[in-house]
Amino acid sequence: MSTVDITAVEKPKAASGRPWTTGRIVGIGMLALYALIAYFLIRMIVVNYDPEFVGRYLPRMLGGLWITIQLCTSAIVLGAIIAFPMALARTHSNQVIRGAAYGYVYFFRGTPLIAQAFLVYYGAGQFRPVLQDWGLWWFFRDAYNCALFTFTLNTAAYQAEILRGAIANVHKGQWEGAHALGLGKVVTYVKVILPQAFITALRPFGNEIIFMIKGSAVASIITVFDLMGETKLAYSRSYDFQVYLWAAIMYLAIVESLRRCWDKLEARLTRHLKRIEE
Amino acid sequence: MEELIGLLAWGKDGWGDELATGAWLTIRLALATLPFGLFLGFLLALARRSDEPELVAAANVFVTVFRGLPELLTILIIYIGLDLLINEVVQLFSDERWELSKFVSGMVALGIVNASFSSEVILGAMKAIPAGQVEAARAMGLSRFYTWLFVVLPQLIRHALPGLGNLWLLLLKETALISVIALDDLMRQTNIVVGATKEPFFFYAVTCFIYLFFALASSVVLGGAERWANRGQER
Repeated sequence: MSTVDITAVEKPKAASGRPWTTGRIVGIGMLALYALIAYFLIRMIVVNYDPEFVGRYLPRMLGGLWITIQLCTSAIVLGAIIAFPMALARTHSNQVIRGAAYGYVYFFRGTPLIAQAFLVYYGAGQFRPVLQDWGLWWFFRDAYNCALFTFTLNTAAYQAEILRGAIANVHKGQWEGAHALGLGKVVTYVKVILPQAFITALRPFGNEIIFMIKGSAVASIITVFDLMGETKLAYSRSYDFQVYLWAAIMYLAIVESLRRCWDKLEARLTRHLKRIEE
Repeated sequence: MEELIGLLAWGKDGWGDELATGAWLTIRLALATLPFGLFLGFLLALARRSDEPELVAAANVFVTVFRGLPELLTILIIYIGLDLLINEVVQLFSDERWELSKFVSGMVALGIVNASFSSEVILGAMKAIPAGQVEAARAMGLSRFYTWLFVVLPQLIRHALPGLGNLWLLLLKETALISVIALDDLMRQTNIVVGATKEPFFFYAVTCFIYLFFALASSVVLGGAERWANRGQER
């Protein structure tokens, strides 16, 4: 080993703030690019500001936003109602029930939501006489109902899988402990297993809600005038790109605020599981 | 029922070949998007791990925006917006209008969405590798490149593969949304066939099963890849 030549060691430069590393330059470059894009977009909105245009399309788009919220909320609530028995069926001792539930979940998770929506909306039209006989035609006649039906079945499959995973994740000792205490199966489920499973399921469930909101834009393709549908209509009439920007801001606002609320909710509900710092 | 099966025949009388060309485009689009998305996702993950707050902020903004927007909206914004932007720039130099390819804009749109999600997966995988691994490799005299290649990368792949596999399945399904910008993928070809045959239920069901088949084939390959990545790991 050679001796270290102390004089060769470079003297630290006089502190002049942080050094200009490649990462910092790239970061600042990207932020500058965003600022540039934001400037152009804002300029586009300001320069093209036309009270009549805004007055004509903004209320319609807010109406579309309301449809989107309604659609997602109903689909998620109805989906949750289906998801619970479906999750139990996935682990049922009867092979036929288990297989059927597996097939259902695999189908809805393995195919695009848009293909499912087409299948229901246009497929229902083909079976009109049958549906009329069964008195179900009034439901499937409306594109909104078809979208709701598709989204419900779709989210139910995802939610069932989340719930099943969460229930399987509860430690076996919890079952044994409850059994040793003489609790019945239903009581064990309701009082011991599910509360713990719901905690595990909380994060994926939040992601599923966000996925549903984003996926619901597909409804616009089967002629539902949700936020996306109204936006496409406004664009096809005005050829003004800014309507897409409004839509983007609205979707981002919902998704981001939901994500933050969900983080807060999760932190609150799992506060008893956190280790105390220090 | 036999009439319906007959509709799937190849050639002039059947629609099998139309569906097959669509399916082939779907596969090509997904395969072309994957490396682009993974590479961008990897860069984003590196940026989000960096010590420079500006770089972290820049990457986070990107990920937040494209993770939060509906894919359908991203596709339309990229298709229309990128076209506007490019032509704005092109018109500074020449009068010609520059046509943006639908395939490329679809690839870019799906790629950035995929990159935003995969940066999340890769970031998690990077965090899962203990710092001691790199330190030990450096202490043994491996160069930075060899440390990365033989110590970090194999572990990164092992940790990231399940998450990236899920994103691949998601990407396969998202390609169906490309049909809205009139690219002739499987979904749009099916729409065309349905328009001609008036058999929506049958053909949409067939298409669903083609997508299911892709998912099934992918899981087989991904399962093999995971076994390979986990070789030498104790179960």
